[in-house]
Amino acid sequence: MTVLTTTRPAPPSTARIALARVGVELRLFARERQQVVFSFAYPVVMMVVFGSVLGGDVLPGGVPFPQYFLAGIAATGIMLTSFQAVGTAIAAEREAGQLERLQLLGTPPAAYFAGKAGQVLVTTAAQLALLLPVARYGYDVPLPVDLGHWLTFGWVAALGALSGTVLGIAVSALPGSASSVTTSVSAFAIVLQFFSGVFFAFPELPGWMQQVAAVFPLKWLTQGMRSAFLPEQAAGFEVAGGWEHGRTALVLVAWVIIGVMVCVRTFRWRRADG
Amino acid sequence: MTTTEAAPLPTTTGGDTAAVLVRGLRKSYGGKAVLDGLDLEVRRGECFALLGPNGAGKTTTIEVLEGVRRRDAGEVAVLGEDPATAGRAWRARIGVVSQGEGAGQALSVRETLDHFAHYTSTPRPTDELLAAVGLEEKAETRVARLSGGQRRRLAVALGVQGRPELVFLDEPTTGMDPVARRQFWQLVRDLRAGGTTVLLTTHYLDEAAELADRVGVIAGGRLVEVAPPAELGAPLRRQATVRWREDGGWRAVPTETPAAVLRDLLAASPHGEVPGLTVTRPDLEDVYLALVGAPGGDPR
Repeated sequence: MTVLTTTRPAPPSTARIALARVGVELRLFARERQQVVFSFAYPVVMMVVFGSVLGGDVLPGGVPFPQYFLAGIAATGIMLTSFQAVGTAIAAEREAGQLERLQLLGTPPAAYFAGKAGQVLVTTAAQLALLLPVARYGYDVPLPVDLGHWLTFGWVAALGALSGTVLGIAVSALPGSASSVTTSVSAFAIVLQFFSGVFFAFPELPGWMQQVAAVFPLKWLTQGMRSAFLPEQAAGFEVAGGWEHGRTALVLVAWVIIGVMVCVRTFRWRRADG
Repeated sequence: MTTTEAAPLPTTTGGDTAAVLVRGLRKSYGGKAVLDGLDLEVRRGECFALLGPNGAGKTTTIEVLEGVRRRDAGEVAVLGEDPATAGRAWRARIGVVSQGEGAGQALSVRETLDHFAHYTSTPRPTDELLAAVGLEEKAETRVARLSGGQRRRLAVALGVQGRPELVFLDEPTTGMDPVARRQFWQLVRDLRAGGTTVLLTTHYLDEAAELADRVGVIAGGRLVEVAPPAELGAPLRRQATVRWREDGGWRAVPTETPAAVLRDLLAASPHGEVPGLTVTRPDLEDVYLALVGAPGGDPR
Protein backbone atom coordinates (compact mmCIF):
# COMPACT_ATOMS: atom_id res chain seq x y z
CA MET A 1 0.00 0.00 0.00
CA THR A 2 2.94 2.32 0.44
CA VAL A 3 5.72 2.80 -2.02
CA LEU A 4 9.04 3.80 -0.52
CA THR A 5 10.70 5.80 -3.19
CA THR A 6 14.21 7.08 -2.85
CA THR A 7 13.89 9.28 -5.92
CA ARG A 8 10.67 11.23 -6.05
CA PRO A 9 9.49 13.61 -8.72
CA ALA A 10 9.97 17.26 -7.80
CA PRO A 11 7.11 18.79 -5.77
CA PRO A 12 4.40 20.56 -7.79
CA SER A 13 5.25 24.08 -8.96
CA THR A 14 4.10 27.20 -7.14
CA ALA A 15 1.85 28.02 -10.11
CA ARG A 16 0.08 24.64 -9.96
CA ILE A 17 -0.59 24.97 -6.24
CA ALA A 18 -1.70 28.59 -6.73
CA LEU A 19 -4.24 27.45 -9.31
CA ALA A 20 -5.61 24.81 -6.95
CA ARG A 21 -5.78 27.46 -4.21
CA VAL A 22 -7.82 29.85 -6.38
CA GLY A 23 -10.31 27.05 -7.01
CA VAL A 24 -10.68 26.08 -3.37
CA GLU A 25 -10.80 29.70 -2.18
CA LEU A 26 -13.65 30.49 -4.58
CA ARG A 27 -15.53 27.37 -3.58
CA LEU A 28 -15.18 28.21 0.11
CA PHE A 29 -16.18 31.84 -0.49
CA ALA A 30 -19.31 30.80 -2.36
CA ARG A 31 -20.32 28.49 0.50
CA GLU A 32 -19.91 31.19 3.15
CA ARG A 33 -23.40 32.60 2.67
CA GLN A 34 -23.03 35.50 5.12
CA GLN A 35 -19.84 36.68 3.48
CA VAL A 36 -21.32 36.45 -0.01
CA VAL A 37 -24.40 38.46 0.95
CA PHE A 38 -22.40 41.06 2.85
CA SER A 39 -19.74 41.53 0.17
CA PHE A 40 -22.24 41.89 -2.63
CA ALA A 41 -25.01 43.74 -0.81
CA TYR A 42 -22.98 46.33 1.10
CA PRO A 43 -22.02 48.58 -1.84
CA VAL A 44 -25.48 48.23 -3.37
CA VAL A 45 -27.22 49.11 -0.11
CA MET A 46 -24.93 52.10 0.43
CA MET A 47 -25.58 53.24 -3.12
CA VAL A 48 -29.33 53.01 -2.52
CA VAL A 49 -29.18 54.77 0.87
CA PHE A 50 -26.91 57.65 -0.15
CA GLY A 51 -28.47 57.91 -3.60
CA SER A 52 -31.94 58.22 -2.08
CA VAL A 53 -30.97 60.71 0.63
CA LEU A 54 -28.54 62.93 -1.25
CA GLY A 55 -29.56 62.15 -4.82
CA GLY A 56 -30.47 65.75 -5.59
CA ASP A 57 -27.21 67.31 -4.39
CA VAL A 58 -24.73 68.67 -6.87
CA LEU A 59 -21.00 68.79 -6.13
CA PRO A 60 -18.40 71.26 -7.39
CA GLY A 61 -17.99 70.91 -11.14
CA GLY A 62 -21.69 70.28 -11.61
CA VAL A 63 -21.36 66.57 -10.78
CA PRO A 64 -24.53 65.03 -9.32
CA PHE A 65 -23.86 63.38 -5.95
CA PRO A 66 -24.74 59.81 -7.03
CA GLN A 67 -22.16 60.02 -9.79
CA TYR A 68 -19.46 61.12 -7.37
CA PHE A 69 -20.56 58.56 -4.81
CA LEU A 70 -20.51 55.62 -7.23
CA ALA A 71 -16.77 56.10 -7.63
CA GLY A 72 -16.33 56.10 -3.86
CA ILE A 73 -18.58 53.16 -3.14
CA ALA A 74 -17.06 51.07 -5.94
CA ALA A 75 -13.66 51.68 -4.36
CA THR A 76 -15.04 50.82 -0.93
CA GLY A 77 -16.54 47.62 -2.30
CA ILE A 78 -13.16 46.62 -3.71
CA MET A 79 -11.57 47.33 -0.34
CA LEU A 80 -14.21 45.15 1.28
CA THR A 81 -13.69 42.12 -0.95
CA SER A 82 -9.91 42.50 -0.82
CA PHE A 83 -8.50 44.07 2.33
CA GLN A 84 -11.28 43.25 4.79
CA ALA A 85 -12.17 39.81 3.47
CA VAL A 86 -8.54 38.67 3.18
CA GLY A 87 -7.40 40.08 6.52
CA THR A 88 -10.19 38.40 8.48
CA ALA A 89 -10.06 35.14 6.49
CA ILE A 90 -6.34 34.64 7.05
CA ALA A 91 -6.62 35.30 10.77
CA ALA A 92 -9.43 32.75 11.02
CA GLU A 93 -7.57 30.16 8.91
CA ARG A 94 -4.51 30.57 11.08
CA GLU A 95 -6.56 30.11 14.23
CA ALA A 96 -8.23 26.95 12.87
CA GLY A 97 -4.84 25.43 12.05
CA GLN A 98 -5.43 25.42 8.29
CA LEU A 99 -2.27 27.42 7.67
CA GLU A 100 -0.29 25.03 9.84
CA ARG A 101 -1.24 22.25 7.46
CA LEU A 102 -0.14 24.32 4.47
CA GLN A 103 3.19 24.95 6.18
CA LEU A 104 3.67 21.23 6.90
CA LEU A 105 2.99 20.50 3.24
CA GLY A 106 5.73 22.95 2.28
CA THR A 107 3.34 25.30 0.50
CA PRO A 108 5.20 28.31 -0.91
CA PRO A 109 3.69 31.46 0.66
CA ALA A 110 3.51 32.99 -2.81
CA ALA A 111 1.14 30.19 -3.91
CA TYR A 112 -1.10 30.89 -0.93
CA PHE A 113 -1.08 34.66 -1.64
CA ALA A 114 -1.82 34.05 -5.31
CA GLY A 115 -4.82 31.93 -4.33
CA LYS A 116 -6.18 34.80 -2.26
CA ALA A 117 -5.52 37.31 -5.03
CA GLY A 118 -7.27 35.15 -7.63
CA GLN A 119 -10.30 34.71 -5.41
CA VAL A 120 -10.39 38.47 -4.70
CA LEU A 121 -10.24 39.41 -8.40
CA VAL A 122 -13.15 37.12 -9.26
CA THR A 123 -15.37 38.19 -6.34
CA THR A 124 -14.56 41.87 -6.95
CA ALA A 125 -15.58 41.54 -10.59
CA ALA A 126 -18.86 39.91 -9.54
CA GLN A 127 -19.51 42.62 -6.97
CA LEU A 128 -18.93 45.45 -9.46
CA ALA A 129 -21.08 43.69 -12.05
CA LEU A 130 -23.91 43.92 -9.54
CA LEU A 131 -23.27 47.50 -8.40
CA LEU A 132 -22.90 49.26 -11.76
CA PRO A 133 -26.35 48.38 -13.15
CA VAL A 134 -27.98 49.51 -9.90
CA ALA A 135 -26.26 52.90 -10.18
CA ARG A 136 -26.95 53.16 -13.91
CA TYR A 137 -30.62 52.26 -13.88
CA GLY A 138 -31.56 53.29 -10.35
CA TYR A 139 -29.80 56.65 -10.15
CA ASP A 140 -29.02 57.55 -13.76
CA VAL A 141 -25.27 57.49 -13.18
CA PRO A 142 -23.54 57.35 -16.56
CA LEU A 143 -21.12 54.42 -16.92
CA PRO A 144 -17.60 55.06 -18.31
CA VAL A 145 -18.15 56.96 -21.56
CA ASP A 146 -15.73 55.16 -23.88
CA LEU A 147 -13.25 52.32 -24.12
CA GLY A 148 -10.48 54.46 -22.65
CA HIS A 149 -12.52 55.14 -19.52
CA TRP A 150 -13.48 51.47 -19.25
CA LEU A 151 -9.80 50.53 -19.45
CA THR A 152 -9.05 53.03 -16.69
CA PHE A 153 -11.85 51.48 -14.65
CA GLY A 154 -10.35 48.03 -15.29
CA TRP A 155 -6.75 48.69 -14.30
CA VAL A 156 -7.71 50.82 -11.31
CA ALA A 157 -10.09 48.11 -10.03
CA ALA A 158 -7.55 45.31 -10.58
CA LEU A 159 -4.64 47.19 -8.96
CA GLY A 160 -6.91 48.32 -6.14
CA ALA A 161 -8.03 44.74 -5.48
CA LEU A 162 -4.45 43.44 -5.53
CA SER A 163 -3.10 46.18 -3.24
CA GLY A 164 -6.04 45.58 -0.89
CA THR A 165 -5.18 41.87 -0.86
CA VAL A 166 -1.59 42.63 0.07
CA LEU A 167 -2.70 45.00 2.80
CA GLY A 168 -5.05 42.28 4.08
CA ILE A 169 -2.24 39.74 4.21
CA ALA A 170 -0.06 42.22 6.08
CA VAL A 171 -2.74 43.13 8.60
CA SER A 172 -3.53 39.47 9.33
CA ALA A 173 -0.19 39.32 11.12
CA LEU A 174 -1.58 41.52 13.91
CA PRO A 175 -1.35 39.80 17.27
CA GLY A 176 -4.49 38.56 18.97
CA SER A 177 -7.35 36.23 18.21
CA ALA A 178 -9.10 36.05 14.86
CA SER A 179 -12.07 37.98 16.19
CA SER A 180 -9.90 40.79 17.52
CA VAL A 181 -8.14 41.01 14.15
CA THR A 182 -11.57 41.22 12.49
CA THR A 183 -12.51 44.11 14.75
CA SER A 184 -9.27 46.00 14.04
CA VAL A 185 -9.60 45.44 10.31
CA SER A 186 -13.19 46.72 10.24
CA ALA A 187 -12.37 49.78 12.35
CA PHE A 188 -9.39 50.61 10.15
CA ALA A 189 -11.46 50.20 7.00
CA ILE A 190 -14.20 52.52 8.27
CA VAL A 191 -11.77 55.29 9.23
CA LEU A 192 -9.92 54.90 5.96
CA GLN A 193 -13.18 55.30 4.02
CA PHE A 194 -13.82 58.69 5.63
CA PHE A 195 -10.21 59.83 5.17
CA SER A 196 -10.14 58.74 1.52
CA GLY A 197 -13.14 60.72 0.35
CA VAL A 198 -15.63 57.92 -0.09
CA PHE A 199 -18.50 59.71 1.66
CA PHE A 200 -17.41 63.34 1.25
CA ALA A 201 -15.77 65.20 -1.59
CA PHE A 202 -12.07 64.52 -1.04
CA PRO A 203 -10.90 68.11 -1.76
CA GLU A 204 -13.10 69.38 1.08
CA LEU A 205 -11.37 67.23 3.70
CA PRO A 206 -8.73 68.77 6.03
CA GLY A 207 -5.21 68.67 4.66
CA TRP A 208 -3.82 66.31 7.28
CA MET A 209 -6.59 63.81 6.52
CA GLN A 210 -5.74 63.97 2.84
CA GLN A 211 -2.09 63.37 3.59
CA VAL A 212 -2.77 60.34 5.80
CA ALA A 213 -5.09 58.93 3.16
CA ALA A 214 -2.48 59.39 0.43
CA VAL A 215 -0.28 56.75 2.08
CA PHE A 216 -2.90 54.04 1.63
CA PRO A 217 -4.36 52.53 -1.55
CA LEU A 218 -8.01 53.50 -0.99
CA LYS A 219 -7.53 57.22 -1.71
CA TRP A 220 -5.85 56.43 -5.04
CA LEU A 221 -8.41 53.78 -5.83
CA THR A 222 -11.25 56.25 -5.21
CA GLN A 223 -9.56 58.96 -7.27
CA GLY A 224 -8.92 56.50 -10.09
CA MET A 225 -12.57 55.50 -10.04
CA ARG A 226 -13.62 59.15 -10.27
CA SER A 227 -11.44 59.49 -13.36
CA ALA A 228 -13.39 56.62 -14.92
CA PHE A 229 -16.89 57.81 -13.97
CA LEU A 230 -16.76 61.62 -13.83
CA PRO A 231 -16.61 64.03 -16.78
CA GLU A 232 -13.23 65.53 -17.76
CA GLN A 233 -13.97 68.97 -16.30
CA ALA A 234 -14.27 67.41 -12.79
CA ALA A 235 -10.53 66.72 -12.88
CA GLY A 236 -9.88 70.39 -12.21
CA PHE A 237 -11.52 70.08 -8.81
CA GLU A 238 -9.11 67.39 -7.59
CA VAL A 239 -6.52 68.44 -5.03
CA ALA A 240 -3.72 68.10 -7.57
CA GLY A 241 -5.81 69.67 -10.33
CA GLY A 242 -5.86 66.46 -12.38
CA TRP A 243 -6.52 62.71 -12.24
CA GLU A 244 -2.86 61.82 -11.58
CA HIS A 245 -3.06 58.46 -13.39
CA GLY A 246 0.68 58.00 -13.31
CA ARG A 247 0.96 58.56 -9.59
CA THR A 248 -2.11 56.39 -8.92
CA ALA A 249 -0.58 53.48 -10.84
CA LEU A 250 2.75 54.04 -9.14
CA VAL A 251 1.33 54.02 -5.60
CA LEU A 252 -0.85 50.98 -6.20
CA VAL A 253 1.87 48.99 -7.97
CA ALA A 254 4.33 49.91 -5.21
CA TRP A 255 1.85 48.63 -2.63
CA VAL A 256 1.58 45.34 -4.48
CA ILE A 257 5.28 44.77 -5.13
CA ILE A 258 6.75 46.02 -1.86
CA GLY A 259 3.85 44.49 0.05
CA VAL A 260 4.37 41.05 -1.46
CA MET A 261 8.09 41.18 -0.75
CA VAL A 262 7.48 42.12 2.87
CA CYS A 263 4.69 39.57 3.31
CA VAL A 264 6.67 36.66 1.87
CA ARG A 265 9.33 37.32 4.49
CA THR A 266 7.14 38.10 7.48
CA PHE A 267 4.20 35.79 6.87
CA ARG A 268 3.41 33.55 9.84
CA TRP A 269 1.67 30.21 9.34
CA ARG A 270 1.13 29.85 13.08
CA ARG A 271 -0.17 32.10 15.81
CA ALA A 272 2.91 31.95 18.02
CA ASP A 273 6.32 31.07 16.68
CA GLY A 274 9.11 29.90 18.97
CA MET B 1 21.63 9.02 30.10
CA THR B 2 24.64 11.25 29.70
CA THR B 3 25.14 13.76 26.97
CA THR B 4 28.39 13.06 25.26
CA GLU B 5 30.06 15.23 22.66
CA ALA B 6 27.93 14.63 19.57
CA ALA B 7 29.57 12.80 16.72
CA PRO B 8 28.96 14.03 13.17
CA LEU B 9 25.64 12.87 11.81
CA PRO B 10 25.49 10.69 8.72
CA THR B 11 24.39 12.71 5.73
CA THR B 12 23.42 9.95 3.34
CA THR B 13 19.81 9.08 2.69
CA GLY B 14 20.48 5.39 2.22
CA GLY B 15 18.14 2.74 3.56
CA ASP B 16 20.21 1.69 6.57
CA THR B 17 20.62 5.03 8.34
CA ALA B 18 18.29 6.07 11.11
CA ALA B 19 15.07 7.80 10.13
CA VAL B 20 15.54 10.24 13.01
CA LEU B 21 18.77 11.03 14.79
CA VAL B 22 18.91 13.63 17.55
CA ARG B 23 21.85 14.54 19.77
CA GLY B 24 21.81 17.04 22.63
CA LEU B 25 18.61 18.82 21.56
CA ARG B 26 17.91 21.93 23.64
CA LYS B 27 15.02 24.36 23.57
CA SER B 28 13.95 26.98 26.11
CA TYR B 29 10.93 29.22 26.27
CA GLY B 30 11.47 32.40 28.22
CA GLY B 31 14.47 31.01 30.07
CA LYS B 32 12.70 27.77 31.03
CA ALA B 33 14.31 24.70 29.47
CA VAL B 34 11.73 22.45 27.85
CA LEU B 35 14.27 20.22 26.14
CA ASP B 36 17.50 19.77 28.04
CA GLY B 37 19.90 17.68 25.97
CA LEU B 38 17.53 15.17 24.41
CA ASP B 39 19.02 12.23 22.49
CA LEU B 40 16.83 10.15 20.22
CA GLU B 41 17.19 7.59 17.47
CA VAL B 42 14.32 6.19 15.44
CA ARG B 43 15.16 3.32 13.09
CA ARG B 44 13.75 3.03 9.62
CA GLY B 45 10.56 1.01 9.52
CA GLU B 46 9.89 0.97 13.24
CA CYS B 47 7.11 2.50 15.26
CA PHE B 48 8.59 4.58 18.04
CA ALA B 49 6.45 6.06 20.81
CA LEU B 50 7.53 9.11 22.78
CA LEU B 51 5.82 8.68 26.12
CA GLY B 52 5.68 11.35 28.77
CA PRO B 53 3.45 13.55 30.88
CA ASN B 54 2.05 16.84 29.60
CA GLY B 55 4.71 19.50 29.39
CA ALA B 56 7.56 16.99 29.20
CA GLY B 57 8.61 18.28 25.78
CA LYS B 58 7.02 15.72 23.45
CA THR B 59 5.28 18.21 21.19
CA THR B 60 8.27 20.53 21.10
CA THR B 61 10.47 17.60 20.05
CA ILE B 62 8.07 16.63 17.25
CA GLU B 63 7.81 20.24 16.07
CA VAL B 64 11.60 20.55 15.87
CA LEU B 65 11.73 17.30 13.88
CA GLU B 66 8.99 18.58 11.53
CA GLY B 67 11.02 21.71 10.87
CA VAL B 68 8.40 24.13 12.17
CA ARG B 69 10.15 25.12 15.39
CA ARG B 70 13.68 26.41 15.87
CA ARG B 71 16.00 24.69 18.29
CA ASP B 72 18.49 26.39 20.57
CA ALA B 73 21.17 23.72 20.31
CA GLY B 74 21.81 20.15 19.28
CA GLU B 75 22.11 18.13 16.11
CA VAL B 76 19.05 16.87 14.30
CA ALA B 77 18.79 14.70 11.19
CA VAL B 78 15.44 13.57 9.85
CA LEU B 79 15.71 11.29 6.81
CA GLY B 80 19.30 12.46 6.59
CA GLU B 81 18.58 16.20 6.49
CA ASP B 82 18.43 19.02 9.00
CA PRO B 83 14.74 19.97 9.28
CA ALA B 84 15.64 23.61 9.98
CA THR B 85 17.11 24.02 6.50
CA ALA B 86 15.56 21.19 4.46
CA GLY B 87 13.50 22.13 1.42
CA ARG B 88 10.26 21.04 -0.17
CA ALA B 89 11.72 17.81 -1.58
CA TRP B 90 12.44 16.72 2.00
CA ARG B 91 9.02 17.82 3.19
CA ALA B 92 7.43 15.61 0.53
CA ARG B 93 9.01 12.59 2.25
CA ILE B 94 7.49 13.22 5.67
CA GLY B 95 3.84 13.14 6.66
CA VAL B 96 2.23 14.83 9.62
CA VAL B 97 -1.07 13.93 11.20
CA SER B 98 -1.82 17.29 12.77
CA GLN B 99 -4.60 18.53 15.01
CA GLY B 100 -5.38 21.39 12.64
CA GLU B 101 -8.25 21.58 10.21
CA GLY B 102 -8.16 20.64 6.54
CA ALA B 103 -8.89 23.31 3.98
CA GLY B 104 -12.21 24.47 5.38
CA GLN B 105 -15.30 23.20 7.14
CA ALA B 106 -17.47 23.82 4.09
CA LEU B 107 -15.60 21.32 1.93
CA SER B 108 -16.61 17.68 1.77
CA VAL B 109 -14.19 14.93 2.74
CA ARG B 110 -13.59 14.06 -0.90
CA GLU B 111 -13.13 17.69 -1.93
CA THR B 112 -10.59 18.15 0.87
CA LEU B 113 -8.56 15.12 -0.22
CA ASP B 114 -8.82 16.06 -3.91
CA HIS B 115 -7.61 19.57 -3.11
CA PHE B 116 -4.57 18.51 -1.13
CA ALA B 117 -3.63 16.02 -3.85
CA HIS B 118 -2.40 19.08 -5.75
CA TYR B 119 0.35 19.69 -3.18
CA THR B 120 2.25 16.48 -3.79
CA SER B 121 3.77 14.90 -6.85
CA THR B 122 2.93 11.37 -5.67
CA PRO B 123 -0.61 11.49 -4.25
CA ARG B 124 -2.38 8.30 -3.32
CA PRO B 125 -5.74 8.11 -5.14
CA THR B 126 -8.55 9.65 -3.12
CA ASP B 127 -10.69 6.49 -3.21
CA GLU B 128 -7.78 4.42 -1.91
CA LEU B 129 -7.30 6.88 0.96
CA LEU B 130 -11.01 6.92 1.79
CA ALA B 131 -11.00 3.13 1.99
CA ALA B 132 -7.81 3.03 4.06
CA VAL B 133 -9.29 5.26 6.78
CA GLY B 134 -12.85 3.94 6.48
CA LEU B 135 -14.44 7.18 5.35
CA GLU B 136 -16.00 5.93 2.08
CA GLU B 137 -19.50 6.49 3.35
CA LYS B 138 -18.64 10.01 4.52
CA ALA B 139 -16.91 11.01 1.27
CA GLU B 140 -19.59 13.52 0.29
CA THR B 141 -20.16 14.80 3.84
CA ARG B 142 -18.88 18.24 4.70
CA VAL B 143 -16.06 18.38 7.23
CA ALA B 144 -18.24 20.53 9.50
CA ARG B 145 -20.58 17.57 9.99
CA LEU B 146 -17.94 14.96 10.86
CA SER B 147 -17.55 13.57 14.37
CA GLY B 148 -14.29 14.03 16.24
CA GLY B 149 -13.13 10.52 15.41
CA GLN B 150 -13.97 10.95 11.74
CA ARG B 151 -11.99 14.19 11.62
CA ARG B 152 -8.98 12.41 13.06
CA ARG B 153 -9.31 9.79 10.35
CA LEU B 154 -9.41 12.50 7.71
CA ALA B 155 -6.28 13.96 9.31
CA VAL B 156 -4.59 10.55 8.96
CA ALA B 157 -5.60 10.34 5.31
CA LEU B 158 -4.11 13.80 4.70
CA GLY B 159 -0.97 12.84 6.61
CA VAL B 160 -0.24 9.84 4.39
CA GLN B 161 -1.57 11.27 1.12
CA GLY B 162 1.87 11.98 -0.31
CA ARG B 163 3.23 8.46 0.43
CA PRO B 164 5.61 9.63 3.18
CA GLU B 165 8.53 7.54 4.39
CA LEU B 166 8.13 8.88 7.92
CA VAL B 167 4.89 9.85 9.64
CA PHE B 168 4.57 11.99 12.77
CA LEU B 169 1.56 11.44 14.98
CA ASP B 170 1.28 13.92 17.83
CA GLU B 171 -1.12 12.61 20.49
CA PRO B 172 -3.31 11.15 17.79
CA THR B 173 -6.05 9.61 19.91
CA THR B 174 -6.54 12.35 22.50
CA GLY B 175 -10.27 12.85 22.89
CA MET B 176 -11.26 9.69 21.01
CA ASP B 177 -13.73 7.19 22.38
CA PRO B 178 -12.46 3.61 22.92
CA VAL B 179 -13.91 2.29 19.66
CA ALA B 180 -12.38 5.08 17.60
CA ARG B 181 -9.03 4.54 19.33
CA ARG B 182 -8.98 0.88 18.40
CA GLN B 183 -9.85 1.70 14.78
CA PHE B 184 -7.09 4.26 14.78
CA TRP B 185 -4.56 1.75 16.12
CA GLN B 186 -5.41 -0.55 13.22
CA LEU B 187 -4.67 2.32 10.84
CA VAL B 188 -1.25 2.75 12.36
CA ARG B 189 -0.57 -0.99 12.09
CA ASP B 190 -1.54 -0.86 8.41
CA LEU B 191 0.91 1.98 7.89
CA ARG B 192 3.64 -0.02 9.58
CA ALA B 193 2.85 -3.03 7.44
CA GLY B 194 3.51 -0.87 4.40
CA GLY B 195 7.01 -0.08 5.62
CA THR B 196 6.37 3.46 6.84
CA THR B 197 8.35 4.66 9.84
CA VAL B 198 6.05 6.02 12.54
CA LEU B 199 6.96 8.38 15.36
CA LEU B 200 4.09 9.04 17.72
CA THR B 201 3.72 10.87 20.97
CA THR B 202 1.22 9.82 23.56
CA HIS B 203 0.52 9.96 27.24
CA TYR B 204 -1.44 6.72 27.11
CA LEU B 205 0.60 3.72 28.24
CA ASP B 206 -1.68 1.19 26.60
CA GLU B 207 -1.32 2.97 23.30
CA ALA B 208 2.45 2.89 23.47
CA ALA B 209 2.41 -0.79 24.49
CA GLU B 210 -0.04 -1.63 21.72
CA LEU B 211 1.65 0.12 18.81
CA ALA B 212 5.31 0.75 19.46
CA ASP B 213 8.32 -1.41 18.77
CA ARG B 214 10.22 0.79 21.17
CA VAL B 215 9.13 3.35 23.71
CA GLY B 216 11.12 6.38 24.76
CA VAL B 217 10.14 7.88 28.09
CA ILE B 218 10.63 11.62 28.14
CA ALA B 219 10.81 13.52 31.41
CA GLY B 220 12.33 16.86 32.30
CA GLY B 221 13.32 17.49 28.70
CA ARG B 222 15.40 14.34 28.36
CA LEU B 223 14.89 10.79 27.23
CA VAL B 224 15.23 8.83 30.46
CA GLU B 225 14.77 5.36 29.02
CA VAL B 226 14.35 3.62 25.67
CA ALA B 227 13.17 0.02 25.43
CA PRO B 228 10.55 -2.26 23.89
CA PRO B 229 7.35 -1.80 25.88
CA ALA B 230 7.65 -5.18 27.63
CA GLU B 231 11.19 -4.45 28.77
CA LEU B 232 10.65 -0.89 29.91
CA GLY B 233 12.13 -0.32 33.34
CA ALA B 234 13.59 -3.83 33.58
CA PRO B 235 15.50 -3.24 36.84
CA LEU B 236 12.38 -1.75 38.40
CA ARG B 237 10.30 -4.70 37.31
CA ARG B 238 12.61 -7.27 38.86
CA GLN B 239 11.77 -5.66 42.16
CA ALA B 240 8.84 -7.45 43.76
CA THR B 241 7.11 -6.48 46.98
CA VAL B 242 6.00 -8.98 49.61
CA ARG B 243 3.34 -7.63 51.94
CA TRP B 244 1.51 -9.08 54.90
CA ARG B 245 -0.15 -8.08 58.14
CA GLU B 246 1.78 -8.34 61.34
CA ASP B 247 1.03 -7.02 64.83
CA GLY B 248 -1.95 -5.02 63.55
CA GLY B 249 0.09 -3.21 60.87
CA TRP B 250 1.35 -3.78 57.31
CA ARG B 251 4.82 -5.08 56.58
CA ALA B 252 6.24 -4.60 53.08
CA VAL B 253 9.56 -6.04 51.93
CA PRO B 254 10.92 -5.03 48.53
CA THR B 255 13.03 -7.78 47.07
CA GLU B 256 14.44 -9.25 43.88
CA THR B 257 14.08 -12.76 45.38
CA PRO B 258 10.49 -12.96 46.62
CA ALA B 259 10.59 -16.79 46.90
CA ALA B 260 13.38 -16.63 49.46
CA VAL B 261 11.50 -13.99 51.44
CA LEU B 262 8.39 -16.16 51.38
CA ARG B 263 10.30 -19.24 52.56
CA ASP B 264 11.64 -17.33 55.54
CA LEU B 265 8.22 -15.88 56.24
CA LEU B 266 6.45 -19.23 56.10
CA ALA B 267 9.11 -20.85 58.23
CA ALA B 268 8.54 -18.17 60.86
CA SER B 269 4.80 -18.82 60.84
CA PRO B 270 4.42 -22.44 61.99
CA HIS B 271 0.62 -22.26 62.00
CA GLY B 272 0.68 -21.85 58.29
CA GLU B 273 -1.36 -18.69 57.70
CA VAL B 274 0.16 -15.27 57.00
CA PRO B 275 -2.63 -12.68 57.11
CA GLY B 276 -3.03 -10.46 54.02
CA LEU B 277 -0.08 -12.00 52.20
CA THR B 278 0.57 -10.67 48.67
CA VAL B 279 3.48 -10.64 46.25
CA THR B 280 3.28 -7.85 43.66
CA ARG B 281 5.44 -6.73 40.77
CA PRO B 282 5.21 -3.23 39.28
CA ASP B 283 3.12 -3.02 36.13
CA LEU B 284 3.89 -0.76 33.16
CA GLU B 285 2.12 2.15 34.79
CA ASP B 286 4.16 1.85 38.01
CA VAL B 287 7.36 1.67 35.98
CA TYR B 288 6.36 4.68 33.92
CA LEU B 289 5.43 6.74 36.96
CA ALA B 290 8.75 5.88 38.58
CA LEU B 291 10.65 6.83 35.42
CA VAL B 292 9.02 10.22 35.06
CA GLY B 293 9.40 10.83 38.78
CA ALA B 294 5.73 11.37 39.46
CA PRO B 295 4.61 11.49 43.10
CA GLY B 296 3.33 8.13 44.28
CA GLY B 297 5.14 6.50 41.43
CA ASP B 298 7.68 4.58 43.46
CA PRO B 299 6.82 0.94 42.86
CA ARG B 300 8.61 -0.20 45.98
